[in-house]
Amino acid sequence: MSLNIADFVSSSPLMAVTATALLLILVEASRKGRPGLSFTLSMAGLFAASVFAVVNYSDEQIVFFGMLRQGWYANFLNLVFLSAAMLTVLVSKPYLERQGAHRGEYYILILFATIGMMFMAGANDLIVVFLGIELMSLCLYVLAGFFRTKDTSNESALKYFLLGAFATGFLLYGITLIYGTAGTTNLEAISKNLPTLSSQWMFMVGVGLLLTAFAFKVAAVPFHMWAPDVYEGAPTTVTAFMSTGAKAAAFATFVLLFHQVFQFTGSKVNDLIAYIAAASMVLGNVIAIAQANIKRMLAYSSIAHAGYMLSGIAAGNSEGQTGILFYLVAYTLMNVGAFGIVGLMEKVDDQNLQLDDYTGLSQQRPFLAALMAIFMFSLAGVPPFAGFFGKYYVFLSAVKADMTWLAVVGVMTSLVSAYYYLRIVVLMYFRDGKGDVAAQPAIPALVAVTSSAILLLQFGIFPSFIVNAVQKLF
Amino acid sequence: MIEQYYPIFVMIAGGVVFGVLMGKVNEFLGPSRPTEEKSSTYESGMEPIKTARERFSIKFYMVAMLFIIFDIEVVFLYPWAVSYKQLGIQGFVTMFVFIAVLLVGYIYVWRKGALEWD
Amino acid sequence: MTSFAPYIVFLPFIGFLVLGLFGSRIKSEKLIGIIGSGVVGVSFAIAMAIFVQMVGEEPHARKHVVELFTWISAFTGTASSIHVVVAYQVDQLSILMTLIVTGVGFLIHVYSIGYMHGDAGFWRFFAYLNLFIFAMLNLVLADNFLLMFLGWEGVGLCSYLLIGFWYDRKFDVGGYAAGTATTNDAARKAFIVNRIGDFGFILAMLLIFHTFGSLRFDSVFNGAELMSIGNQAAFWITLLLFVGATGKSAQIPLFVWLPDAMAGPTPVSALIHAATMVTAGVYMVARCSILFALAPTTLQVVAIIGALTAIVAASIGLVQNDIKKILAYSTVSQLGYMFLALGVAAFSAGIFHLTTHAFFKALLFLGSGAVIHAMHDEQDIQKMGGLKKYLPTTYKTFLIGAIAIAGIFPFAGFFSKDEILWKAFSSEHGSVVMWAIGVIGAGLTAFYMFRLVILTFEGTFRFGEEVHPHEAPKTMTVPLIILAFLSLVGGFIGVPKSFFGNNMIEHWLAPVFEPASTKLLLIEEGVHATEYVLMALSLGIAAAGIYGAWKVYTKRPDIAESLRNKYTKVYSLLLNKYFVDEVYDKTVVGPTVKLSEKLLWKGFDVAVIDGALNGMASLVSVTALWFRKIQTGIAQTYAVVFVGGIVFVLAWLILK
Repeated sequence: MSLNIADFVSSSPLMAVTATALLLILVEASRKGRPGLSFTLSMAGLFAASVFAVVNYSDEQIVFFGMLRQGWYANFLNLVFLSAAMLTVLVSKPYLERQGAHRGEYYILILFATIGMMFMAGANDLIVVFLGIELMSLCLYVLAGFFRTKDTSNESALKYFLLGAFATGFLLYGITLIYGTAGTTNLEAISKNLPTLSSQWMFMVGVGLLLTAFAFKVAAVPFHMWAPDVYEGAPTTVTAFMSTGAKAAAFATFVLLFHQVFQFTGSKVNDLIAYIAAASMVLGNVIAIAQANIKRMLAYSSIAHAGYMLSGIAAGNSEGQTGILFYLVAYTLMNVGAFGIVGLMEKVDDQNLQLDDYTGLSQQRPFLAALMAIFMFSLAGVPPFAGFFGKYYVFLSAVKADMTWLAVVGVMTSLVSAYYYLRIVVLMYFRDGKGDVAAQPAIPALVAVTSSAILLLQFGIFPSFIVNAVQKLF
Repeated sequence: MIEQYYPIFVMIAGGVVFGVLMGKVNEFLGPSRPTEEKSSTYESGMEPIKTARERFSIKFYMVAMLFIIFDIEVVFLYPWAVSYKQLGIQGFVTMFVFIAVLLVGYIYVWRKGALEWD
Repeated sequence: MTSFAPYIVFLPFIGFLVLGLFGSRIKSEKLIGIIGSGVVGVSFAIAMAIFVQMVGEEPHARKHVVELFTWISAFTGTASSIHVVVAYQVDQLSILMTLIVTGVGFLIHVYSIGYMHGDAGFWRFFAYLNLFIFAMLNLVLADNFLLMFLGWEGVGLCSYLLIGFWYDRKFDVGGYAAGTATTNDAARKAFIVNRIGDFGFILAMLLIFHTFGSLRFDSVFNGAELMSIGNQAAFWITLLLFVGATGKSAQIPLFVWLPDAMAGPTPVSALIHAATMVTAGVYMVARCSILFALAPTTLQVVAIIGALTAIVAASIGLVQNDIKKILAYSTVSQLGYMFLALGVAAFSAGIFHLTTHAFFKALLFLGSGAVIHAMHDEQDIQKMGGLKKYLPTTYKTFLIGAIAIAGIFPFAGFFSKDEILWKAFSSEHGSVVMWAIGVIGAGLTAFYMFRLVILTFEGTFRFGEEVHPHEAPKTMTVPLIILAFLSLVGGFIGVPKSFFGNNMIEHWLAPVFEPASTKLLLIEEGVHATEYVLMALSLGIAAAGIYGAWKVYTKRPDIAESLRNKYTKVYSLLLNKYFVDEVYDKTVVGPTVKLSEKLLWKGFDVAVIDGALNGMASLVSVTALWFRKIQTGIAQTYAVVFVGGIVFVLAWLILK
């Protein structure tokens, strides 16, 4: 066992983001009040990491003493995380400037959270999974409370921290139990011994605790209670990052653990996941209808989307994996886009966050309204946007896994969801506005939301682009 | 099976006995001249019984946090120092990276003024 | 060179993008016209180059498939594998169609520069036209059914947009009370009627995928070659495909939209509703010839529908007074001839007539456009007359078009129509009755076309003094002259053996239809004495039609008057287009509206759906209320729910 250069090369995306983050700390330490520089540097670092991820999109190899697994799977997700981070950074700059909280630490925290996510996707050991989750979560706790003087922001951070710590406890206990029965935390080793392990109830309790911890991270019912409060209170751009990057990371590990390591296909574990998925879809979509605050509505919608993606996990077949990963890409784009526009609309002191504030947007800001409509259509799963194919693949996988009931629940709840997504479109296009929509379009944010919309359309019309990339993974 | 743990039981028993013994010996042998100040819980003068909802200065937390962070460092450094010879140059480089990362944080803390009390 | 085929398709799309995005900013009509027609012209040039190259190739090596990219591909190797490639197939049939679409399309674009001059929607018009060409080229060049369907829907959309181009103008639409409808209603009618046909196409596609497991022409047709005649699946597929064709190509019973489609600007009628889009159904049936060969019953249906449409539409054309509507019925009728040809398994004859028809019908429409232009939007031929003095070029070219469509030797229509009539007579799938219907239809065609020519151009002026007709500008007359030339000589590509020709077009297309001919055991016949007799007969009838029109409308207008009075019933039947619109209104549209209003809306929608929705809504609000109680905002409560979840999870895992 020794380190060599190849270890560093294969994990170069991780290295690039880490180096950028450290550099940013030094920048922040040496020059006070130059957040613009941090913005530029973080974009550059994230972009470089994306390039490395594309270059390293190749065979998987185990590196760093069996701790990390770098290759197709990790890099596919790295690209998702990095895109989420880049889009978030782009929409954040004008948002923070307007809210008077533009500080360089924001970018540092985003970068470290991204590193945590990348660890999660590239983990080959439960300890690394835990480290990744903690690194990501700690940064997100701080980010949620980034508006230090705002009560809602503080409330959001504290709730997220308390419940997150609670979940972490169970996660760690689960890992402990698995270690206790398997004698190792190495994922490959666990996978090998699975037949003997899965008959031990202690091991299954460990698995169950891991399940709850990840269900918490993706905000699935009944571990979802934190999501609406936290999403609503956190700065809008942070919510965008939390609901996409963090969720994608949690799903990355979910797929890694429950598809590739544990492989409980067709067992009671998958039944359980199916119930959680169904509950999330129903509850998320139904409650979202009753919301008047757009961030809260999107929070419940995010619970529902977690449910859709969990259907893919429950199905446990290759279509399910393809579906989840495709869904993650689509979901990242459309949710960052939607929250990006919410961020553009938001005024200081939480003004302009009600659904009614979008009334007649098409008259004053036709471009923004058109983009928002695209995101809403995509979230509702209307073709030709990528959201449609995401749903199509996960529901297809559920049908193939003899869980037709789950697909039926999914389709029915999707129909329900169309109501609240399309309501925004109706408000924007078919109602006369009050005439004081104060969206201040700023170039970086516009670039981010526009490119999200274009990519959504592209992946919606040519889904094979992603599907082919994903099918290499398994 | 259980025999392996005998030394631990003996250790626990020894510890309890020694602790209790010392306390009692002190009680018997030492002089006892109580005053009001000496009877209070904290001789520093801090009032132990009052409302718990008191605001502490953030400075205390800062110091405590920084102490813990840099204290953990020692936990890593100690085993590394012990097995330094076996780990060789690789261990040296690894630890160097670790310290460097820590140093970046330290510089940040320092430049941001977190180490100054006022 | 064939690898350039995608450029043929994408150039018009680029034109559409440029004009659609920046058109409103381009102030110069000239520039818009040059961009709009230029892209189509270049497409035509590329198509021509490819054609020339193909001529030099072995007949069986003339098929080229250009793959662009994989559109949808998923789950390769599993039962649910989906694989759709965007690819263009260049072969003898599709290159011919491409040449017609881009060639005639180019001329009509140029013509439109003059025709649409000064219109507020000038750029919009050219953008739509380019989009149409793009969609139409996708339709003819597609190498699979899905892409073809995309083009099929695309041309439908463009047709809709262009029929309703002047969306606020009044227009009498069949089935609406006079004076209540606008061009928009005409557009909607076209769209809805087409949807019925499209439904057939979609079902056919599903059935094809189900039967052959693929949507690519190659795999489907190769699979079809292995089947035997009378295959059940082939029967349903072809029948459904033909339903699609009746919609797009305006055949009985779905022909009602085409006359109303004349609400669009005249170049649109020429391009979409005469030369190209409406022939898509013919092209599609010809493309699927092997499938139709497997289903003799469907062929029979195609032939009967074609013959019926040919004569019914021609008879309606006899009494119409709107210059464009006459041409529209004439188009429906000519399309009927094409389907008659397809139905008697004379696929190349159908395509031949499609080609010549594209020339002379585009010519006639553009000519009528010039007339309408000159008459300041007057379309009633009763109010015209004597125009040949004012519009000499238009008159001459229009006359050539009329002779061509009447089928007088040696104009284009003569060869193609006679080919069809001969095949209807001689083919074992045809019959004397079909031939007879065709010949009578030809006589009617000659009659109504010359009625149109005479009422419009000959005789005395019947318009007010405020109208000062003037010849159209060069951009309009030059396309007329070119098309007139083509109508004159276009028939020579298909001179039959009996005229010592070698029927070039039939030989050119033969490899495409070879599987079908082999399947149907068609044999190439030699020269037949009967052919000359029949030819003379049909020529005589056409001449009689022309003579009759001349007699009635120049010498003895009283004949028309007395006939009209004598046979009032027949006259009103024809004038009202056999009351088809009214019948549809009573039997289909009305009951549907009633059903949807009374049962579906008031009954089902209001009571059941709304009831269910309201029920759902109150259920939702009750649930939401209940959950709001749990969603207290207090973190401890959340933790309790969390723990509840964990207990459930662990209990499930341990106890189950």
